[in-house]
Amino acid sequence: MTQMTESSTRAAAKVKVSRAPSKGWPKWVLGLIGIVVFLGFWELMPILGVVQAKYLPPASEVIAALIADLGFTAFWVAVGDTLLAWAIGLVIAVVAALILGLVIGMSPFLRRFSNSSIEFLRPIPSVALIPLAVLLFGIKIESSLLLIVYACFWQVLIQVLYGVADVDNVAMQTAKSYGFSYVQRVRDVVFPTMLPYLMTGIRLAASVALILAITAELLIGSPGLGREIALAQSGGAISGMYALILATGFLGVAINSVTRIVEKRVLSWHPSVRGEATV
Amino acid sequence: MKTLKSVGYLLGLPVILLLWWWIGTSGEANFFVPTPAKLVTTFIDTWFGERMLTDVLPSIMRLVVGVLAAIVLGIVLGLAVGLNRTMRAVTEPVFEFFRALPPPVLVPVLMLLVGINDGMKIAVIISGCVWPVLLNTIEGVRSIDPVQNETSKSYGITGFSRIRYQILPSATPTIMAGVRQALSIGLILMVISEMFASSSGLGFTIVQFQRSFAVPEMWSGIVVLGLIGVALSFIFQWVERRVLRWYHGLKEVENAV
Repeated sequence: MTQMTESSTRAAAKVKVSRAPSKGWPKWVLGLIGIVVFLGFWELMPILGVVQAKYLPPASEVIAALIADLGFTAFWVAVGDTLLAWAIGLVIAVVAALILGLVIGMSPFLRRFSNSSIEFLRPIPSVALIPLAVLLFGIKIESSLLLIVYACFWQVLIQVLYGVADVDNVAMQTAKSYGFSYVQRVRDVVFPTMLPYLMTGIRLAASVALILAITAELLIGSPGLGREIALAQSGGAISGMYALILATGFLGVAINSVTRIVEKRVLSWHPSVRGEATV
Repeated sequence: MKTLKSVGYLLGLPVILLLWWWIGTSGEANFFVPTPAKLVTTFIDTWFGERMLTDVLPSIMRLVVGVLAAIVLGIVLGLAVGLNRTMRAVTEPVFEFFRALPPPVLVPVLMLLVGINDGMKIAVIISGCVWPVLLNTIEGVRSIDPVQNETSKSYGITGFSRIRYQILPSATPTIMAGVRQALSIGLILMVISEMFASSSGLGFTIVQFQRSFAVPEMWSGIVVLGLIGVALSFIFQWVERRVLRWYHGLKEVENAV
């Protein structure tokens, strides 16, 4: 989040003007120091006996295990499985939420009519559906998809509804009096206003989708990194388990950075260089 | 007439959905979907009784304790880190990593480190919920209007009173956004920690029903989780309205201009 705001030029310029450049080291060096301190701490904990090495192996051992993993096909297959469920689930949820959100949002009647149901269904935690997923799909990828789609759908739908509600009334009336068809109104009036909201929704949904993909794999046993973690844990391969956990963390970081970059690219034309929408 | 209309809007779609469900299940018996009447009776039989005390309330207690602890920890740490530029830069990459780490993977880790007990479940909830609060607090403190900071300085407002009267209020909208994320993550982690390794609690009970193919009971458990989710969201909205009343008022004025 910080990176994003720093790099969005206007905000960065403002910050730099108001705060004199610090005398100390550049930011990335400080960040690196933070990482080194963290790893050092982790390395020392089992060595000093704060925790037993069989429960928390030193950082060096885990990183070595992760590097070894990178050479195995099975590891990449697991990463691929996780990403596949993530991508399919995300796409289904975004498309469904976008279409439904536009249809509902464009009609004041439907918006009021569906409000109570949406407010009631939205907070239901998707993990509540785990038993249902197991019953219906067993350990197939569909189990992951059910959870991912349910969780992401609401994130995107709400943002799309906010976005459509934000459309300027005058612009809408103008388009109507110029005889824009429904499709034209959606494409030329609603869509540009809604896009920043949609991108926020997609960015949030992307990280939620990863959480649920891993959850489904961990608990249900659908194929992917989560299942490998559960297997490593029950098999007593503790450094292997930590290595896989690090891998999921890096996957999360990668997904976050990609969605931020995509968001910035897609919205680079947007006149109001929007600050980070906090949701 | 007006109230009648708004009641219609409020209940219209839910009633239609219920009817659809009722008609859909009233024909032949469907193994996967119980009829509404069956679900209601199962719901009452299953959850109002001993199970309320042995499974539901302990789960909710763990959730509340974990989330509250995470919020306090997140805000305190966030203030400490956010107010210091160097600290912010040092911690950023590590914190970003932990934020990106899907919280459910912490369950097997904490099972090893803490063991399988109540402490582990609370630790899982804290360690998952603390990141959104922490990072949003840091961000909230970082993006405070510099004019405010300088005004505080010129008026000699420092230390605790600066945090209490300047920093915290300006950071609260951002912090509340983090708290909302923390709540939904907390609920997920409560369920997962119980499904993974436990002999009691909501998550455990629901999985148990599913394994023994007690489908109506399983659905009633899903309903319980849903109700908890809805209740949490209403409580949060109520708290947010109270805490941020001044902020929403300010926004309205700004938007009206």
